[in-house]
Amino acid sequence: MTKNKAKVGVYICHCGSNIAGVVDVKDVAAYAQGLPSVAAVKDYVYMCSDPGQNIIKEDIKHLGLNRVVVACCSPSLHELTFRRACQEAGLNPYLFQQANIREQCSWVTEDAALATVKAKALVSGAVSRVVHQEPLEKREVEINPNTLVIGGGIAGIQAALEIADGGYKVYLVEKTPSVGGHMAQLDKTFPTLDCSSCILTPKMTQAGSHPNIELMVYSEVEEISGYVGNFKVKVRKKAKYVDEEKCTGCGICQTKCPIRVDSEFDAGIGKRKAIYTPFAQAVPNVPVIVAEECTYFIKGKCRACEKFCEPGAIDFEQKDEIVEIDVGAIIASTGYGVFDPTPMAHYGYGRLDNVITSLEFERLVSSAGPTGGKIQLKDGSTPTSIAIAHCIGSRDEKYHEYCSRVCCMYALKYSHLIKEKTEADVYQMYIDMRCFGKGYEEFYKRLSEEGVKFIRGKVGEVTDRAISDEEKGKLIVLAEDSLLGNVMRVPVDMVILCVALEPQADAENTARKLGISRSADGFYLERHPKLDPVATTTDGVFVAGCCQGPKDIPDTVAQASAAAARALAMISKGKVEVEAATAHIDEERCSGCRICNDLCPFSSITFDEEKKVSRVNDALCKGCGVCVAACPSGIISGRHFTAEQIIAEIEGVLA
Amino acid sequence: MSFEPKILGVLCKWCSYAGADLAGTSRKKYAPNVRVVRVNCTGRVEPTFVLKAFEKGADGVLIAGCHPGDCHYLEGNYKALRRFQLLKKMLAQMGIDDGRVRLEWISASEGERFAVVVNEMTERVRKLGPFAKNGGSNG
Ligand code: FES
Repeated sequence: MTKNKAKVGVYICHCGSNIAGVVDVKDVAAYAQGLPSVAAVKDYVYMCSDPGQNIIKEDIKHLGLNRVVVACCSPSLHELTFRRACQEAGLNPYLFQQANIREQCSWVTEDAALATVKAKALVSGAVSRVVHQEPLEKREVEINPNTLVIGGGIAGIQAALEIADGGYKVYLVEKTPSVGGHMAQLDKTFPTLDCSSCILTPKMTQAGSHPNIELMVYSEVEEISGYVGNFKVKVRKKAKYVDEEKCTGCGICQTKCPIRVDSEFDAGIGKRKAIYTPFAQAVPNVPVIVAEECTYFIKGKCRACEKFCEPGAIDFEQKDEIVEIDVGAIIASTGYGVFDPTPMAHYGYGRLDNVITSLEFERLVSSAGPTGGKIQLKDGSTPTSIAIAHCIGSRDEKYHEYCSRVCCMYALKYSHLIKEKTEADVYQMYIDMRCFGKGYEEFYKRLSEEGVKFIRGKVGEVTDRAISDEEKGKLIVLAEDSLLGNVMRVPVDMVILCVALEPQADAENTARKLGISRSADGFYLERHPKLDPVATTTDGVFVAGCCQGPKDIPDTVAQASAAAARALAMISKGKVEVEAATAHIDEERCSGCRICNDLCPFSSITFDEEKKVSRVNDALCKGCGVCVAACPSGIISGRHFTAEQIIAEIEGVLA
Repeated sequence: MSFEPKILGVLCKWCSYAGADLAGTSRKKYAPNVRVVRVNCTGRVEPTFVLKAFEKGADGVLIAGCHPGDCHYLEGNYKALRRFQLLKKMLAQMGIDDGRVRLEWISASEGERFAVVVNEMTERVRKLGPFAKNGGSNG
């Protein structure tokens, strides 16, 4: 196809009033009519709709168009849609070009005249580029049918089980010694109040014993390379110093170990040993020794656990192991971290006894927790009044702007549990009650009838400075009741801070390994907030659960199943289309200087010693164009990103 | 008529282009002077692209890509950075004020920043005046 014979169709989308409300689409259409090689111009209210696509298809067939430009939204939204439409009408999809006159024009410019000028420039750029575009063939590669799931909380467990039940192999990698995640720490779940471990433990056991799941606990993903369908992953299996094959899980080692440290699982309100399983129902039920805490590792003697271990499972010689696995898809379900309220000094957390976080309360009220489920103060006595402060670190511009979505509901659950176990008065200090889920509003209603006191206002301060006898020895909660308009002082025995859910501390690092982006709040970014909430911008990498944003258990499970369905769909197809826009070396003109060889980040360029030329391996090339830009003789072309095409577009937008 | 600078934006499709899209979805208003060309990676940007832009009427060129460490092709942006230093030297020799070019790292979540960068750049170039009138060849 030579440029002279190019027949370009230009289609301008109104996008309802999204574009047409600012940009004068008729004027842009008239302008496009005058551009070289343009054979047809139309504008339509929704180009992406079926009738819109049909206009293009009809024109390709009847007017013999061989290039198509659509000026509409961002290519990240509809490039595929229009490429497909072209293909259906018999036109190679790479002969399509999109001009983004919505996200990068009508939505960001208020001045209609300037927006129209800009839209014309963008259309002109697309037209002048598309003329130089060449047909390309999509390439397909085989998919490795294994999946990696990172993070063994309820999201990871659910996703792993769905895929494993579908008959495919899953590697489930979990950082801590057991799967279960935060859900295992919870006592009851709202709004049904069923016990968290009762619904979680069976799933944990299934995940631990499923023939298609290879559980790798106490392990971390070190490195990921490759691309959709063929990822290579390095996993570090940390030394447990316990032989999994020999250990019977009897637990005697944990009773004999002399070292007591704060238990992470009990949110610091309970203790564990230096050799431990995080909780009784841990899966797998094999303890680990933390070398940094163990007397033997520090001082060279002790070995108490070893002495009592009958099967001889303790192995102080164990080393970290790097395991390499090959997978086709990856699901990130790495969960969330909990906001530390210490920096908010006015709440007295860490300074005042009996100001605790929600997660600490969760362990306190759990029948498997350190107090056996007894709600008690630091001194062991039972509180007679408890305040629950909502939105600590959430909906707060200084910390996290977003709503953590679960706090209102668990706060209600707490009132119920407190009422059930004690005689205490309960105060809920809230900004808004957000009870959006199925059965949530009903739960709120029920709780309102249980005699809980609701004060609409955010807690401003918690202090122990009493100004009356009634306040002596109490924690005084200051809150403005925004319904009554007065500042209240509420003396209580215990304050529970409903702390925000936040991205894991290592979320940035993990995102980098996965090659995915994060949104401004630090959670992983989904490909599309509404229409593609489980995929990411990296093909073959999916997200599930709170690592993508705070959510409750039902939403987490739903998203995990969705991520699994996406992975399964890919695997069962067996093949995946990969980048057609790779680099190409004109061997006739290659001088053999080898500059490109070392530049290629994917080692896809090799040197042919016999012919003294460099050659690109299409299967490895990802089309970044680094070599294209660097070639001193200018004989490497980046398919679909040739210098000719880019320069044509530059000339076009500046025309 | 007041001078409206023409600025060419060359954005990598993974981070900065997505950041520019985000500015749109969050309806951040910014100067309409930047015209964006999408490339796969900043590593693909040849110095000739920039020279061509000045030749064809640009008053400024903004190149933006992923933050260091985030390039989707591992190190394209480092290569862009090195080339950019050379480019600046070249422009200096040609008498082109280096305020007319800018290389920025803008992630997919930095819609706001994209808007800020475009506004700053537009103002800067506005002050420098039309490129052609200042000795450029693009009259
Ligand atoms: S992909 Fe964005 S700079 Fe390389």
